Amino acid sequence: MSNILEVSSLDTRFATPEGEVHAVNDVSFHIEAGESVGVVGESGSGKTQIFLSIMGLLAKNGQATGSVRYRGKEILGLPSRELNKIRGVTLSMIFQDPMTSLNPYLRISKQMTEVLVEHKGAGEAEARRRSIELLDRVGIPSAKDRFDLYPHEFSGGMRQRVMIAMALLCEPDLLIADEPTTALDVTIQAQILDLMADLKRDFNTAIIMITHDLGVVAGLCDRVMVMYAGRVVETGGVRDIFYRPQHPYSLGLLNSTPRLDEAGATQLSTIPGQPPNLQALPTGCAYQERCPYVFEACRSREPALQSFGEGRAKACHLERLEGKRLKEGEPA
Amino acid sequence: MSETLLSVDDLKVHFQMRVGGIFVGRYRPLKAVDGVSFDLQAGETLGIVGESGCGKSTLGRAILRLIEPTAGRAVWLGDDLAALDPKAMRARRQDMQIIFQDPLASLNPRMTVGEIIAEPLRTFEPGLGRQAVKARVKDMMAKVGLLPQMINRYPHEFSGGQCQRIGIARAMVLGPKLIVCDEPVSALDVSIQAQIVNLLMRLQREFGLTLIFISHDLSVVRHISHRIMVLYLGKVMEIADREAIYSRARHPYTQALISAVPIPDPDKEQAKQRLVLQGDLPSPLAPPSGCVFRTRCPRATELCAQQAPPLEEDGSGDLHKVACHHWRE
Repeated sequence: MSNILEVSSLDTRFATPEGEVHAVNDVSFHIEAGESVGVVGESGSGKTQIFLSIMGLLAKNGQATGSVRYRGKEILGLPSRELNKIRGVTLSMIFQDPMTSLNPYLRISKQMTEVLVEHKGAGEAEARRRSIELLDRVGIPSAKDRFDLYPHEFSGGMRQRVMIAMALLCEPDLLIADEPTTALDVTIQAQILDLMADLKRDFNTAIIMITHDLGVVAGLCDRVMVMYAGRVVETGGVRDIFYRPQHPYSLGLLNSTPRLDEAGATQLSTIPGQPPNLQALPTGCAYQERCPYVFEACRSREPALQSFGEGRAKACHLERLEGKRLKEGEPA
Repeated sequence: MSETLLSVDDLKVHFQMRVGGIFVGRYRPLKAVDGVSFDLQAGETLGIVGESGCGKSTLGRAILRLIEPTAGRAVWLGDDLAALDPKAMRARRQDMQIIFQDPLASLNPRMTVGEIIAEPLRTFEPGLGRQAVKARVKDMMAKVGLLPQMINRYPHEFSGGQCQRIGIARAMVLGPKLIVCDEPVSALDVSIQAQIVNLLMRLQREFGLTLIFISHDLSVVRHISHRIMVLYLGKVMEIADREAIYSRARHPYTQALISAVPIPDPDKEQAKQRLVLQGDLPSPLAPPSGCVFRTRCPRATELCAQQAPPLEEDGSGDLHKVACHHWRE
């Protein structure tokens, strides 16, 4: 299979009054056609900024360097006019809050058909027909009657469906979803996750799922990238990461997530301390202050992301992590 | 765990909502909480779950009379709270406190941490000297895992998890019997969420606290609660011990909620048959006739449209109650 997206040595920095913030540090990865990759990490880990950098959507004080090749062509730093030929066409992104991404003054019909008229040169009638078809496909009940409504007339779950339908209008080969279900109730989240699994199967759309919810990743993704303090700390197949994590942070995340399938009224295992301050990172590994396995090397040298075995890599000085995922109630 | 601390009986909160015309509006009741009853034992944790708009936060506030209930009673150790005059109610508030979802928004940005935590003391124990107040505050800070030397800092200098600890210290400083926790960990990262959940459980053990834990996250609720109540459009669908809810849920809504939660285990999650509910929550201004859940229920029949099912015991003898015409099937 061929790579749709290849990112190498991506760095994103923000100039702030308090100094420069390194939000993304030396991130490299690729994604193949039809693949789904989960990007997990806590707030401030840089998981969203990677993709805003790729899409050319960084805030004004942000600057991205490195290389982003989309279907073999360098797209990092392209002017908006050039980027718009692929953005929203073959490379689409959906966001956590659909209300801020839809124009409140325009009917859904206008917002959807515009995309097809603009990018595909479709006629008005053809664009309407195709848009309604997609709304049907993403499960909007009586899509035809709702087509001329305004965004505020839809519920939160339906707005997210409209966003997904819009993102799919030009049949993208890569869909980047940034916490698409975080603002939704679990029953609605289940509907949206089912829809995304269908898309992957029926259209062979590659999906990047940015989320803090490990359950969402477990259900949808083939591969996982774990982020901490702007760096990738571990990557691997979804089963490798969930069953045999090799970075102490991946293990810590898994162990501190309460699970519905396990009983227990005892302590949850926690990651001690606070998420890192990107402006005052320690020398060496950024995770050292919270890591139970810390030793001298961690305080002096920053570990590089190194491959070990089939499709796996980690950034950790530990030779081998013997820790295991704890059942609830087991002492850490 | 035998003494009944709080007994809620047919509690209702109806808001009058203006609908229609600009000049001549009509009013229609929005039944945010509609006939909720339960008993709360001292020292237990009751989890309240449901989707947004199900009335769980309104219920939490109505119990504390932060919102005046429209009808029904909340009896606190034998006294009907609604019958208390403002002065008596105010005195009673020392025993019941609340912590909120957004830790930073619930703290006054112009007060130091010390002033925030001391405020309940100054209100309820005005005779306390400055040094004594400071000692109580520092002691409380240490108990919730904050460094006492941070007493003069301002809320913005703390992270979300630490701000939630400040909120907990403020709620705990008077030594209350009951704390209503309204989505206390929803805004926090997983690693921090686990710290706060552990803290609440430790404080409960140490001080014999009773907790009402309101959350939309069924995994967290399972972890912390002894009993769980499931709400839908202001009505109780099911209430039972934790194990009963998660291993033998009777109500189709509870079953759907549980099956919708993704499990962080690829083999289990990908093999799972999800019971996906169709559609959205109906408008609370025009709730369905009969059983409020029937429009999304896979088992709905004629009967469900005509009659609201009563909340009845399932006969297992452990106070497992369910409101469904078809739970036996």
